[in-house]
Amino acid sequence: MNMMNSVRKKLVVIGNGMAGMRTVEEILQRTPGMFEITVFGAEPQPNYDRIMLSPLLAGDKSFAQIVLNSLEWYEANNIKLIAGEAVVTIDREAKLVIGEAGTTRPYDLLLLATGSNPFVLPLPGVNRPGVMTFRSVADVEQMLSIAAPGKNAVVIGGGLLGLEAAHGLNLRGMNVSVVHLMPMLMERQLDAASAHLLERKLTSRGMNIYTSANTEAFDGDGENGPVRAVVLKDEQRIEADLVVMAVGIRPNATLAKSAGLATDRGVLVDDAMRTSDPAIFAIGECVEHNKQCYGLVAPIWDMAKVAADHICGVAEPVFSPIASGTRLKVSGIEMFSAGAFMGDKSTEDVVLRDGARGIYKRLVLREDRLVGVVCFGDARDAGWYFELLKNGEPLGELRDTMIFGPVVASDDPDDALAAMADGAEICGCNGVKKSTICKSIAEHGLTSLDDVRARTKASASCGSCTGLVEGLLKLSLGTGYAPAAVKPLCKCTSHGHDEVRRRIKGGALKTIPAVMQALEWTTPNGCGSCRPALNFYLLAAWPGEYVDDAQSRFVNERMHANIQKDGTYSVVPRMWGGTTSAKELRAIADVVEKFDIPAVKVTGGQRIDMLGVKKEDLQAVWKDLNAAGLVSGHAYGKALRTVKTCVGSEWCRFGVQDSTAMGIALEKTTWGSWHPHKVKLAVSGCPRNCAEATIKDFGVVATEAGWDLHVGGNGGIKVRATELLCKVTTEEEVMEYACAFLQLYRMEAHYLERTAPWIERVGLKYVQEKIVENAELRLSLFKDFMHAQKFARTDPWAEQAADQQAGKKFNAMAELV
Amino acid sequence: MMDGMRVVRDFVDVGALEEIPSLGARCVKTAMGDIAVFRTADDTVYALRNQCPHKAGPLSQGIVHGDAVTCPLHGWVISLQSGKAMGLDTGCTPRFSVKVEHGRVLLSVGVTA
Repeated sequence: MNMMNSVRKKLVVIGNGMAGMRTVEEILQRTPGMFEITVFGAEPQPNYDRIMLSPLLAGDKSFAQIVLNSLEWYEANNIKLIAGEAVVTIDREAKLVIGEAGTTRPYDLLLLATGSNPFVLPLPGVNRPGVMTFRSVADVEQMLSIAAPGKNAVVIGGGLLGLEAAHGLNLRGMNVSVVHLMPMLMERQLDAASAHLLERKLTSRGMNIYTSANTEAFDGDGENGPVRAVVLKDEQRIEADLVVMAVGIRPNATLAKSAGLATDRGVLVDDAMRTSDPAIFAIGECVEHNKQCYGLVAPIWDMAKVAADHICGVAEPVFSPIASGTRLKVSGIEMFSAGAFMGDKSTEDVVLRDGARGIYKRLVLREDRLVGVVCFGDARDAGWYFELLKNGEPLGELRDTMIFGPVVASDDPDDALAAMADGAEICGCNGVKKSTICKSIAEHGLTSLDDVRARTKASASCGSCTGLVEGLLKLSLGTGYAPAAVKPLCKCTSHGHDEVRRRIKGGALKTIPAVMQALEWTTPNGCGSCRPALNFYLLAAWPGEYVDDAQSRFVNERMHANIQKDGTYSVVPRMWGGTTSAKELRAIADVVEKFDIPAVKVTGGQRIDMLGVKKEDLQAVWKDLNAAGLVSGHAYGKALRTVKTCVGSEWCRFGVQDSTAMGIALEKTTWGSWHPHKVKLAVSGCPRNCAEATIKDFGVVATEAGWDLHVGGNGGIKVRATELLCKVTTEEEVMEYACAFLQLYRMEAHYLERTAPWIERVGLKYVQEKIVENAELRLSLFKDFMHAQKFARTDPWAEQAADQQAGKKFNAMAELV
Repeated sequence: MMDGMRVVRDFVDVGALEEIPSLGARCVKTAMGDIAVFRTADDTVYALRNQCPHKAGPLSQGIVHGDAVTCPLHGWVISLQSGKAMGLDTGCTPRFSVKVEHGRVLLSVGVTA
């Protein structure tokens, strides 16, 4: 044992959750290095943000995004983390804690942060597989292993947590029912009027809400088989593949009790957060202070500060709980409540109700002071009301207009923010005041949301105050604040392309209506801009699973031919690598004569274009072309178009590689793939580059040593020459790099963005990092592309010709001549 | 079916509603040219001349959204209710009376005033 260890006091923390780790952070801030700290955690993960389990379930966040203290953090702060081992014994005589695996640690000071346990209804069938609680990452993982679109989920408990779980499962495409014992939802946070609006809103999202519903049993297969239904007392049966119980929490005081500490509902603590043993502190959801237990984060952060001051011996504050407000973390539902919002005989109400807009505000006053508030549908002013409530000052003249918010005359939300008191709390989760944020911005020269989050933690937890924090940046920096402007996908939404793509994947959204519902499209079924984009994003995200929506395809992709200005179509069959044969040419000639096609032209992509085909002839034209082995060239689509080649080493005296064979192989592999925009490839057999590979999306140029791979070129209005991606030596490498590049482009570019502007936006270096430097990622992109191609390499002409239903669109519905 | 000044229209059965894809359209050939019959998400049907007021693009081939269609040629948005171009564009396509009865689409080729 070295000198340091012998002089440093030993602090052991039982509980690696938010309360415990926040206290450790507070301790490190006050007296770094004072303690040798050991943390026991029953869960195997590092400390994560439990508030964010709902977004994790909904797919809005990944686990990495909700980790609060990474394993590196523990290491950097010299904290010994014993994760995955619950503590079973506290020996107060010997000042030792003992874990379930036998790990023993001595302590000078002990901090209990054992949290709470979800309450489990003692009903028949509660142990069936599929019946679970919602409390930990493990619970979320278990839910996701069962959740699938179309399956049935029942959430027992219509409180804050239950509704967040229901929302997450709804976004996962499940049929969700909520069973609530009380006559109204969230009765601890809402009054009857706002609860009714909430119920209406949830119902409109497709959830079934059962209120005044008493659960009797969980029915299922056999004695102990998986759950199949929830049975209510009135004998109603609700089908269920998954049951989530969210009916409340109980402080976890078992360990404290067995150690002989004073407990009641929770571990009893004094105003310093000290238990009945002076060497043991307790904080968080496991404690009971003045007969009160806590489940919301804001008072627990206060506890952490108080405990840290006492543990470090730097100050002796007392914990005096302040009112805390509640927000529902369900995207698109603004709801806030705080204080004595139910009112009683001694209070009066000021109410604003706008049923059509779904807005309801209720302010509860006692003796000219604000004592309670409920906002539903519009919670922008919640922070201001909450501040008035906490101040407890007489309202005076403010009473007459306060229901309309802090700034009545102006509808600019920035004015409201400017008018807000300096001490007003912006971030409820982390207790960050307006003045703290503004001061940090000024003192540290912060310019972005991420800066503010890193420095102050404001908006870093649940994120519902992000808009306010951005507003403060704008107020502080004026025109100097340049937020990362996100251009909405179209007028139907405020979300940008990247956000939409992220949510499709993360939220397991698998149909256009599901996307529009989850992302709150403002139009009933989109517009001519967003529908094709969503159709492509879904197709790219869920290959083989998503059913292409013909009505969301631009006409050319729906008709599989290019519409011309007179309403006729052009037909271009594929010619692999620009090669053809007598049989194909003969079939083309026959078709041109048979259908009286007025024009035939050789295209820039080394194929033959038949122009002026009448809509009603399309199917017959394709049938004849198919018979000669010709398939669609996708000359009409946001898809793989051509692979242009030169004759290469087979014929050319300069050629150094067989560019034609390489081009044919590339086209045979990549044809039929859909993309954000058209994609053209080319392969040249020598650096003279006769195939013009350096103005293609992916250009391959042969050298003596192998192949140069070029990306991001195009002709068109704004010519852009390619940039060199890398050099490779074998044909297999060309194929792997080409497919990986196409897959990266398909998955990350915005709809209607060609590779050239995409690469200019993300930078060549970014593409090289993913495709050239990261072999593992390249291989996985290649595999993803090949998987998607299993479903894409089909000839739409043959399909359309065979499908009678699809065929109808080529003909008139009726003829009234 | 006489109501004041209006003329009794002859409705002709042009087919089943199911023949038109939801959020899509089908054409009916008439002596006066093609008429596009649209079906919205809530199964309302509208009929317009199959020509965009801009450059005569075939509206029946456009993307239907809400009560409007986006022309496939240059992206004009035409109101299915009024036949008028929406947004900053101006122009109007003739409308025709159309209704659904017992799942059949009934079209009148007299132009709606």
